[in-house]
Amino acid sequence: MRAFDYARPATVPEAVDLLARHRGAARVLAGGTDLVVGLRQHTLTPRLVVDIKGLKDLPPAVTAAGDAVVIGATAVMADLARNPVVRRHLPALVEAMDTVGSIQIRNRATLAGNLCHASPAADTVPPMLAYDAKVHVSGPAGDRRLALRDVILGPGRTALEPGDVVTAVELGVPRQPVGVAFARMTRRRGVDLASVNVCCAVGADGVTRFAYGAVAPRPFLVADHTGTLADPGAAEDRKAAILEGLIANASPITDVRASQEYRIAMLRVLSRRTLATATDRLARAGGRAR
Amino acid sequence: MTATRVLHLTVNGTDRSVAVEPHRALLDVLREELDLTGTKECCAVGECGACTVIVDGRAVNSCLVLAIEVDGASVTTVEGLAPDPDRLSRLQDAFLERGAVQCGFCIPGMVVSARYLLATNPDPTAEEVREGLSGNLCRCAGYNRIVEAVLAAARADR
Repeated sequence: MRAFDYARPATVPEAVDLLARHRGAARVLAGGTDLVVGLRQHTLTPRLVVDIKGLKDLPPAVTAAGDAVVIGATAVMADLARNPVVRRHLPALVEAMDTVGSIQIRNRATLAGNLCHASPAADTVPPMLAYDAKVHVSGPAGDRRLALRDVILGPGRTALEPGDVVTAVELGVPRQPVGVAFARMTRRRGVDLASVNVCCAVGADGVTRFAYGAVAPRPFLVADHTGTLADPGAAEDRKAAILEGLIANASPITDVRASQEYRIAMLRVLSRRTLATATDRLARAGGRAR
Repeated sequence: MTATRVLHLTVNGTDRSVAVEPHRALLDVLREELDLTGTKECCAVGECGACTVIVDGRAVNSCLVLAIEVDGASVTTVEGLAPDPDRLSRLQDAFLERGAVQCGFCIPGMVVSARYLLATNPDPTAEEVREGLSGNLCRCAGYNRIVEAVLAAARADR
């Protein structure tokens, strides 16, 4: 690693001030599982690293607040995946967190870090999109809340400005019954990035939404509003036609993990699997698609 | 150019003070400043688990932790697993008895991850052992005996 200075501010305003004063030359450190890789490989060469684990005014790890669950920026995935509130309201997020990296990684990695790194293959981003995540940001001009889909712009690119700190991620808990499921395809079991990852949410209103990852410059949402995919009795050819229409929004590349063609084929498979699981979960939640 | 700071750590139960620059990884400080070379450097990007140590009760990749982040923490390395200098832990003995060690390079990380697994789940299934060790790669591919060793150690502890 190249040399840098290290600061561990005690409050969010101090962190914002440090980051703003150093403009683009400062980086935020939470779990470090992406940042330190960048530091080691010299793809990141900040003058200052701002560790946010000492911030005393961050939201707590998990807060259930009416229609939302708010997750503090430094809560680590291993803890979140065991948290009863998260397990009850956000099962697909738990499924995604359980696949990230390894135990050692999950003992350090945060949701906020996963979204800020803006990898197209970030495993927790599809479920966060499916749960209508809002990102709580503190910056030099004050606090704001951004829809997650407006934060991640492309590979490694976000709408965050120098001086911004993500303080929490807010996930929506739908009022109507909903079934949500996550699945991903990797080459090997541990410590691999997704070739494809998918989160499916089926609502009692008949709307089926998919969040697709690793098949476009950024994870994205698509939806079927016709009620066909959510209807277990709908004709297979109608379902297939709608699914193909949704999958057509993907624009995967060929890389070391998978070819373009394989990614599309697996997107089809994972879409069907997650749809089946999500539909089943909706039925068990007492909901029934129209 | 960047200021060196003195960290205070509890390493394998002993208080240690060490002067480090902010850009030193915990892995490097353990190996180069504290002479604890049991913790191995291999991929150095958090993929292989050879550098696994326990920080404040949690298994982490020490290559991805800045030493300065863990000022005040308690760190357990593979050197800290044995109950005394003349005796290995039951878990370590089980690795030897089951022939789980081939070239040996991954073993310190494996043993530390296994210790963490058994601390959080004292009676794991074979599947849970595989999951618990999925962040530790063995280039000799000696996984079956490693899993057997962990299961044997868990049985012995019951």
